[in-house]
Amino acid sequence: MDRQLLIASTLCFFTALLRTLFAAREGISLHGRFNFFSIGLGFLFQTAFMSIRGHALGRCPLTNLFEVFVFLAWSVALIYLVIGPAYRLSLMGAFTAPLVFLIQTFALLAPIDIPHPTRLPANPWLEFHASMSMIAYGAFALACVAGVMYLVQERQLKTHKIHSVFYHLPPLTNLFSALTRLLWLGFALYTAGLISGFFTGGPLPRLKMICAFAVWIFYGVILQGRHLHRVAPKRIAALCILAFSAAVSILWAINFVSQNRPM
Amino acid sequence: MNLFCVGISHHTANVETRERIAGACSEEALRTGARCKEALLLATCNRVEVYASAEQPIATEEIVRALQQCGAGEVENALAFYRHDGEACAEHLFRVVAGLDSMVIGETEILGQVKKAYEGARASGTAGPLLHRVFQRAFRVAKQVRSTTDITRGAVSVGSVAVELAVKIFGDLRERSVLVLGAGETSERTARALSSRGVSDIRVSNRSFERAENLAASVRGRAVAFDDWTQQCREIDILISSTSAEEPLLTPQLLAPMLRGRADRPLFIIDIAVPRDVASEVNEMEGVYLYDIDSLQSIAEQSLAMRRQQMVAAEKIIADHVTDFSARFSGGDPRVTSLSPRALARES
Repeated sequence: MDRQLLIASTLCFFTALLRTLFAAREGISLHGRFNFFSIGLGFLFQTAFMSIRGHALGRCPLTNLFEVFVFLAWSVALIYLVIGPAYRLSLMGAFTAPLVFLIQTFALLAPIDIPHPTRLPANPWLEFHASMSMIAYGAFALACVAGVMYLVQERQLKTHKIHSVFYHLPPLTNLFSALTRLLWLGFALYTAGLISGFFTGGPLPRLKMICAFAVWIFYGVILQGRHLHRVAPKRIAALCILAFSAAVSILWAINFVSQNRPM
Repeated sequence: MNLFCVGISHHTANVETRERIAGACSEEALRTGARCKEALLLATCNRVEVYASAEQPIATEEIVRALQQCGAGEVENALAFYRHDGEACAEHLFRVVAGLDSMVIGETEILGQVKKAYEGARASGTAGPLLHRVFQRAFRVAKQVRSTTDITRGAVSVGSVAVELAVKIFGDLRERSVLVLGAGETSERTARALSSRGVSDIRVSNRSFERAENLAASVRGRAVAFDDWTQQCREIDILISSTSAEEPLLTPQLLAPMLRGRADRPLFIIDIAVPRDVASEVNEMEGVYLYDIDSLQSIAEQSLAMRRQQMVAAEKIIADHVTDFSARFSGGDPRVTSLSPRALARES
């Protein structure tokens, strides 16, 4: 039942993706409420999935890589739904839907939904740590999306080759401002997640800690460069994409070393 | 009931002819003169059209004669007038309000002009139920075409392209500062366009300080000594350059020290001088966006080409509306030749 909900959710994101492709092909407006509602519906299905899974497990559904990816997709959708309208970044939906669709499709197709051999006891600190970290990943994912949008827009302005998407994308300064806010939001959440990790009560795996701190330092350096006006916006945007790619890879590594320990 | 449209436009007549016809006739005079039940006169700089309905078919010559009788100048060539009946009339009106029949495809001014003409006809009582329905539907079509296609997107003149690019770089222009280098006509127009978009800090620098002061006064800016213009580049966001210098005034070597400390502040340079004032290598610098007259014109042409591409999608929207409108009013007859009270009630 829960997987069917996730399939329904994935179809919603796929519909938003198709709509984007159709709009781009036909040259019609990429804006509009369709993507927002489609992503909103997908988010509801995701939430229902996690609720059912959480009740069955008796804890936050973050016990294997499958659940980690679904939680990540849910965080991306959540932050898009909150941030998108607030910063007039509705077009972000056109970029968010494919990302969530890819994450969930991978989660559904890959043989990673392996139930934990023993029923794990609830640990509020551990669950707080894992969920904060995942929501932070959602913010970093959207910062990555904003980075892609920035680079697309910047390239068009630099090369003087203006395509239809140019008129739909927000101004460079607005994109950069949204990207910076998403970075700060993600960094704050990630820091909270990192600190709460020390209160989980169990022994802390060394490799996991190194990976987690590496991500934290990477984003900290990007933010420092931004704060001191030392790094050009274009480089910050590129670093956001690089950092998120690295963070997702490390997420896999963290899960690998945590096989005997739930996240 | 026969719905029809007779008119001339930039496609069929020159501006002198359109001027003679435009604005001379009242709709009431036209209605009585041509024995129409309803009449609406749309007169803009690009077209003069009569939209009317009548119980009996009325020949184009009668409409032209009625136009002449009520004050329009002599029409030398009646063949310049085109005519659309029934469904074709609705289709033509939908194309007009959507900007597809305009000289600049996708321009939006026409919608306001049609609305004004319609309001005038409504107020004078010459627009009745059929014209009301077809014009209301036309406004819906225009809205749909504008919101679901890119037909109105993209600037099509050098000045408006510059402003659009500035908006795409900076977003809100109110807090931005502009330096106008050289007091030429195009730079003045561009500065005015930026000023109309909210730019409040405009500085003007010219070899002749007096000319700089004159231009600064006209755009509510301030004049800056020509010797100081390079220093201004540290503070400004937009540079509009149009001097008559033979060699580039701004090179990467000159600009590089001024860009230090402003890594996250883009600099938009509009070089409309020929020969160019700014070395093309400047565009390769981080955070600098350089556009010369050719690239601005090229974007204006791209925009026009994009608008032409969008015509396909717009035409489809119009075709759907024409079919629907026709079905509602003719009960299956492809021509809008009947208008029953029941059909009107359905549309309401």
